[in-house]
Amino acid sequence: MRATTLDNGLKVLVQEEHTAPLASVWCWYKVGSKDERPGLTGVSHWVEHMNFKGTTNIPRDQVKGIIEQYGGSWNGYTWIDQTTYLETATRDALDRMLFIESERMANCLYHPDDCESERTVIISELQGGENDPDQLLDQEVTATAFKAHPYQHPTIGWLPDLKAMTRDDLYGYYRRYYVPNNATLVIVGDVDTDEALRRVEHYFGGIQPGRDLERLRTVEPDQTGERHLTIRKEGTTAYLKVAFHAPSATDDRFVPIVILDAVLAGAKGLNLWSSFRTAPPQRSARLYRALVERGLASSVSGSIVPTQQPFLYTVSVTATDGTSLTSVEAATLEELDRVRQDGITDTELAKAKAQLKARLVFDNDSVTNIAHQLGYFETIASVDVFTALPSRIAAVTCEAVADAARSLLAPSNRTVGWFEPLPIGNGSGKSEVGSTKSEVRSLKSEV
Amino acid sequence: MNPTPPIQTSDFVLQTSTRRGLNPARAVLDNGVVLLAKHTTTTPAVSINLAIRAGSACDPPDAPGTTWLLSRVIDRGTAKRSAADIAEALDSRGITITIAVTRQLFSLVCTCLAEDFEAVLALLGEIVITPSLLDREIETRKGEVITAIRQDDDNPAVRASESLMALLYPDGHPYGRRTKGSIEVVETLTRDRLLHLHDQRFAPTELSAAIVGDVNPSHVHDVAAGVFGRWQNAAPPPITLPPVRHATRRQRLVIPMMNKAQADIAYGFTTITRRDPDYYAFWLMNNAFGQYSIGGRLGDSIRERQGMAYYVSSSLDANVAEGPLVIRAGVSPANVDRAVASIDEEITRLITEGLTPKELDESRRYLIGSIPRALETNAAIASFLQIAEFFGLGLDYDVRLPDLLGAVTLDQANAAARRALHPERATIVIAGPYADVESDNRLIG
Repeated sequence: MRATTLDNGLKVLVQEEHTAPLASVWCWYKVGSKDERPGLTGVSHWVEHMNFKGTTNIPRDQVKGIIEQYGGSWNGYTWIDQTTYLETATRDALDRMLFIESERMANCLYHPDDCESERTVIISELQGGENDPDQLLDQEVTATAFKAHPYQHPTIGWLPDLKAMTRDDLYGYYRRYYVPNNATLVIVGDVDTDEALRRVEHYFGGIQPGRDLERLRTVEPDQTGERHLTIRKEGTTAYLKVAFHAPSATDDRFVPIVILDAVLAGAKGLNLWSSFRTAPPQRSARLYRALVERGLASSVSGSIVPTQQPFLYTVSVTATDGTSLTSVEAATLEELDRVRQDGITDTELAKAKAQLKARLVFDNDSVTNIAHQLGYFETIASVDVFTALPSRIAAVTCEAVADAARSLLAPSNRTVGWFEPLPIGNGSGKSEVGSTKSEVRSLKSEV
Repeated sequence: MNPTPPIQTSDFVLQTSTRRGLNPARAVLDNGVVLLAKHTTTTPAVSINLAIRAGSACDPPDAPGTTWLLSRVIDRGTAKRSAADIAEALDSRGITITIAVTRQLFSLVCTCLAEDFEAVLALLGEIVITPSLLDREIETRKGEVITAIRQDDDNPAVRASESLMALLYPDGHPYGRRTKGSIEVVETLTRDRLLHLHDQRFAPTELSAAIVGDVNPSHVHDVAAGVFGRWQNAAPPPITLPPVRHATRRQRLVIPMMNKAQADIAYGFTTITRRDPDYYAFWLMNNAFGQYSIGGRLGDSIRERQGMAYYVSSSLDANVAEGPLVIRAGVSPANVDRAVASIDEEITRLITEGLTPKELDESRRYLIGSIPRALETNAAIASFLQIAEFFGLGLDYDVRLPDLLGAVTLDQANAAARRALHPERATIVIAGPYADVESDNRLIG
């Protein structure tokens, strides 16, 4: 992999992979929902949508097909730290892909009619998410776990903000953050590195850098007591989430917590783009045995994602039909307390490392997935964090995991969320469509 | 069930395509097990895809969901290993077995490191051939399945899709039944019932094993022969699917789900079998209509121009029997009627004006050009080989595919649209926070 930086500040990473006649191009921006101020929640994601709607040199009606004619796929996503765009196509489309990304960086149109049309599309996306009780609960737990840090609001934004945002809000945000000195371009595939870099210079070299960006500096204060919330809404299934404030990707405790998560719920891998597509190996994991094998839950999962700033470690449980959330929560917390008290065994450590070794291989099975990992880590921290993962995993000891578990899983560091289904068809649902009845059931303070 | 009997051969090396392309190796063991292998070096890993012709179409008519429950419990113990032993064998290698049930196939799929290939294939063989199906495991998995059915009951997208299939394939047709079955049926299922289904449908003649990755095909043959070669069980009788009756009138069903924020629309038709000579014309037509770029013509209209939906697309599932073409969209309840009207309009425009030459060419270029991307990973290649095997498409299908798509004319694509799509015979299901008086809610129970 070769890394370089253009004069305008654009970071470029190129990795040759000659196993298939394909190339994947990703353009990453260091802007996500954590960069949004109150009143503009969701603007990063909406801007992402707008950046598929034509540019000065790619007319609106020619966006469609520009990559497809090479058999390619394209997409983009926005999350808390980053916004990214990708194309994967046959290698002969490399020039076209670079052209598109350079246009997206500098010349998007933001026609007022397109802004309005996209407002309803995004609200539809939000409502589709609200249809899923698990997603609804995740949103509320995250919002409750964070009191100050902008990680608290959902990437898609709050509905009132989406209704009120203007075209100028969108365009101003675009112009501020879509500058070469806030971006990383990644190319992976059947390419020649020198030639690829020449083409990058051709398309991106003339784009002017932006001014230095002022970042929000909010640091989430330490949580001083358990938080608990309950959503009561018509539904069929009960869900539990337990979230703990967790360290960022560069923190020494991060990889031990990845190991801890593997012991509790099976190793997922660390690719936000692909890891979730395959369920983790978890049948011998502690939480699986305590919850699923005992018939209390139909599923359990853990989530620790590499982030720029401290985010969350979340355990999610789906209660089996007829099982109370009280008993599911008790069994979950009992298991978490046990590992906090006693740590993990040498055998568990070895198994977790073997799982992660395999997952890192599985997560890099395509040019698209490899390119994602390079750009993702460069955006939230540094690509060196990615390349160092195998050695960091290998160096983890049982003691390091125990230390991390003791601080991470402290009761005062957790937020517990319930989705408690109300019987369907009691007549209350229709008037509450799109709303969430959320209440703080109790707020225990435990220092 | 297999529409084209496999070519019987014991020569693993000779039975390969001589043209460029995937060029997989294929062999048939003496007991009928089909082996498909492809060596790749992308990663030091191997994808294993075992497909048994024992999908949900094999469910006993009085017990839909039996196959699904079998799929949940089959890997929870074998004649030699306990569920805990299997869990340890998988977890210590970082492996997850994905067990999927489609209408026609029961599949076990996983990816492992190349160094674990022999041990993992041996384990999979035990799971397929000698599952223990113990009562305590069945009871635990029943709880999971019942919870999953309850989750589906609260999911507008699932409700709309499953109800559409029930309307398109009525009267107990296997394509119209819920794959997971009903809570009432699942609760009654017994170990004997699962053992009987396994004994009846799982046989070497029904198994096709696709193995793709960093392992030599001749070694694949040796290992697979050791795992599956001695398996004996009588070939089951073929599954006879009832004839598909195409709808003769427009049907519309609303499933009010007033606790939801968004409505899901499923709008569809029965179409053709996978063996129909017009299949490639249907494929191209469907791509241009509801897939190309961001949902084809449907996406242009409903998402891009009208801003009504985050997602809208169509899918074609030509199968052993005449499969469905389904249009799906998620829209605000206020936009349901407008979205359905827009789908009607787009269909009418398609069957009256047809696709343009440019549209057909774009879809053709896209589908042909996407083949290398679609066959990039080991898992994707294994899946592709299984489809080609199941439908008897040949070892060189990947090589012939561009020509098959290239031969479709504009007239053929437009004829496919006229043959399949008729707003006056559309079946429409709307699930979500929406209610109207047009619907005939008696259509399904």
